[in-house]
Amino acid sequence: MPSSIITSNSLLAIDVGAANTRAVLFDVIEGEYRFIASGIAPSTAEAPFKDVSEGARNAVANLQKILGKTLLDSSRNIITPTQSNGSGVDALVITLSAGPTVKTVVVGLLKDVSLDSARRLTETSYTRIMDSMSLSDQRKPDQQIDSLMRVRPELVVIAGGTDGGASRSIQKLLEPIGLASFLMPEEKRPTVLFAGNEKMEEEVKTLVGSLSTSLHFSPNIRPSLETEDIDPAERELARMIINIRKRQIKGVDLLDLWSGGHMLPTAYSTGRMVRFLSKVYGSPKGILSVDMGASATVIAAAFRNKSTLKVLPQFSLGQNLVGLLNYTTLDNILQWSSLDISSGVLLDYLHQKSLYPATIAATQEDLAISQAIAREALYLAMQTARKDFPQNITNIKSNLTPLFEPILAGGGALSDASRPGQSLLLLLDGIQPVGITTIILDQNNLLPLLGVAASQNNILPVQVLESGAFLSVGTVVSPVVSARYGTSILKAKLSYENGAEANIDLKFGSIETLPLANGETGKLTIQVSRGVDVGFGTGRGGTITVSGGALGVVFDGRGRPLNLPTDPVRRRELIKKWNWTLGGG
Amino acid sequence: MQAPVHHIIGLTTIVRERVLPISGNVTARIQQKVTPNDVVAETKWAREHVLLDVARLLNISPNAAERLVKCQVNDELSANTEIAKGRGMFAKSIRVPRAGRVVAVGGGQVLMEVGETKIELRAGIPGSVIQILPNKGVVIQTAGGLVQGVWGNGRIDSGILANLADAPDAVLTPNRLDVSLRGSVILAGLVKDADTLDAAAELPARGLIIASIYPSLLTKAREMRYPILVTDGFGSLPMNSAAYKLLTTNAKREVTVNAEFYDRYTGARPEVIIPLPTSSEPPSPREVAEFAPGLQVRMRRPPSMGMVGSIVSVISGLTTLPSGLRAQSAEVKLENGETVIAPLVNLEVVG
Repeated sequence: MPSSIITSNSLLAIDVGAANTRAVLFDVIEGEYRFIASGIAPSTAEAPFKDVSEGARNAVANLQKILGKTLLDSSRNIITPTQSNGSGVDALVITLSAGPTVKTVVVGLLKDVSLDSARRLTETSYTRIMDSMSLSDQRKPDQQIDSLMRVRPELVVIAGGTDGGASRSIQKLLEPIGLASFLMPEEKRPTVLFAGNEKMEEEVKTLVGSLSTSLHFSPNIRPSLETEDIDPAERELARMIINIRKRQIKGVDLLDLWSGGHMLPTAYSTGRMVRFLSKVYGSPKGILSVDMGASATVIAAAFRNKSTLKVLPQFSLGQNLVGLLNYTTLDNILQWSSLDISSGVLLDYLHQKSLYPATIAATQEDLAISQAIAREALYLAMQTARKDFPQNITNIKSNLTPLFEPILAGGGALSDASRPGQSLLLLLDGIQPVGITTIILDQNNLLPLLGVAASQNNILPVQVLESGAFLSVGTVVSPVVSARYGTSILKAKLSYENGAEANIDLKFGSIETLPLANGETGKLTIQVSRGVDVGFGTGRGGTITVSGGALGVVFDGRGRPLNLPTDPVRRRELIKKWNWTLGGG
Repeated sequence: MQAPVHHIIGLTTIVRERVLPISGNVTARIQQKVTPNDVVAETKWAREHVLLDVARLLNISPNAAERLVKCQVNDELSANTEIAKGRGMFAKSIRVPRAGRVVAVGGGQVLMEVGETKIELRAGIPGSVIQILPNKGVVIQTAGGLVQGVWGNGRIDSGILANLADAPDAVLTPNRLDVSLRGSVILAGLVKDADTLDAAAELPARGLIIASIYPSLLTKAREMRYPILVTDGFGSLPMNSAAYKLLTTNAKREVTVNAEFYDRYTGARPEVIIPLPTSSEPPSPREVAEFAPGLQVRMRRPPSMGMVGSIVSVISGLTTLPSGLRAQSAEVKLENGETVIAPLVNLEVVG
């Protein structure tokens, strides 16, 4: 393996997902990095293989077939660097989201301060919080020990104490953790991350150092009551999760070795890419990425210097699917369905699909159910993530989705939509964007791979992004308004580069489109009715340059927040109509 | 493309690892013949702990308290035993509230395990112990029929298989469960109400093998003390023909229902084992297969969910499905004579 890949040419990126493993090749074409092709194979973290490297090799073997180029040697190892006969690649990066959620206990001094920060940090990775402890915990230490022994956490995240502040309270919280760890067999002891008062490092080492599988320190995530800084700890946690996976799943250590120790969790890598884009493009609005996968729904948002990464296994579309009902109802899911489906059929579907997460919808009814579930899961994921978005970000109304430009979307649920219009309607329903934004589909799920590549080669992600490897669905105009169905809410004129013009009169409750091809731009002049806001201010219009995409310029006149008709027949008719308008069939 | 394999086999060699959740003593010997109810390993487990902070209770420093503590690690103490006494004329006595074992002493504190319970690991299947896993458990080998399921309630038991499945989708009702079935493993089609589960418990039954179950009954099913194994899924799915045929032809034989939870990472699955006498060791089941013409497969999603058929051809490239999705697919001839196109990811090999 080369120690540095900055000067390399070809780069192989592998993403090991819960359901599928993808191998993607990037190479230099005419002096610029391009996405060349991707190969896919079922992931092999689960029985009977129980070795993720097998799925990675299969994905690379499939990529070889597509490329007509040898990437694996006779022992099925990756050939690096590129050989004189053209075989092999110059560098390799890997991301990982496969594996069971990591059982975690969070510890903080104050419930609404450091404990909240510890929770936010923990939710940046594939974890499940099983218990939390703080000074307001009413349990006795022995009861806390009992709980820890029952939970058997694989990870303990501890925060608390301002830098140089009091340490006695933290010591008190650490005691049950140290004692419970002492009682566990050595190989079952948790990995511990201490992200609190930095002056306590030696005391923490004394209390839990010898009793955890490994003890890690990161800069204090709550250096003062008013300040939260999760980023450095997030980085530490990302590598800790990979190390936990090494113990859990065979083959992770080999893949990490292949990547020169640079393997990262997929979600962390996505978050890093979104932060990177926010810095590169410096949009006054936020940048949003949603990834709906089998192991989790991941929401990553960056607002200039602040970012939020949420890994939400509870809203995944895989084996945890039944758990979605802990957060919503069958009726809430069915409201998104274009077909008349009974709650019994939906309940059977949720259980059956949990058994076979990798299966896909072969019939129209199955597709309608899977898309309805995806909408509800995305909606819930966005509502959950929104609570932890930074304060003072640009929005039209505080109870609505903030302003984003652009919105990037990927993951299995969107790959399961057969047409861009289907994906777009799912995103409009789930995210409910407001104002004017571009929506981009990451059909090849490249974003996390670009994120992990960015740490090694910061030119590659920018060049690949600008090369058209992503599918721009188009520009979406979503006015904030509530009116009677059929009321005119917005008039728009799109002036094309060739001088032609197209007009639209948007009625409340409808979706309309104006054609604008991918790669083209146009001037969009908007006039709004009283009380309508598209980001220029209430009742104010304006002119803006917009870029085209597969569906041109899309006007979503259904209002925000989106309230679907209560009459099920009318609702289903409207959903079909909206789908049809967007070419979703 | 590699295919997942769902085992429904008339005669095979079955090798199963049985391990304790925590380390303990293995009581079985190598080559020992075991029945499903034989204990092969045991250990002790304390669910609760008591932490006595002597320093705080006596209001002295941890170092001073350390010198007053009378007990040591591993001491078995009965309730009310004094473990420390303060100094002075009216010295305060620190006593343990419950009987238990001292597991840690230090810093003026005493930590005890209390409420210890014994865990016995049973063989689960009849067969021979072929390997001892020190402090963990055993590996047992047997020969017989094997039917894997998709859901289990975590219980395990054995009994004579009684066939009440007149058809693959026959609904089991309480009036079918009479006293003659006491101690049997009951084979049925569907269960649609909680009363049926209660009626089987009242017999008591030693197990229940069904094709499908209503999701609303899962909580109840988990509470049942007898094993419940579901072969096909949720709702009103009939039993797949391969499992139905194998189970009904083995009625009145002794079977073991290991309705363990499905764990996709370890590969543990609920299963029915039908021990059969053999003169030689039958072949072990294959764990993976490549999709190819002639393979027997089961449909995991609609259309024709649950049906068994055989692959006519694996279609090259991507096929557009009725849903509009494009996927690698196969032409499958179902047992009812119908031919369907199904994405490979929706198929599993039966065998």
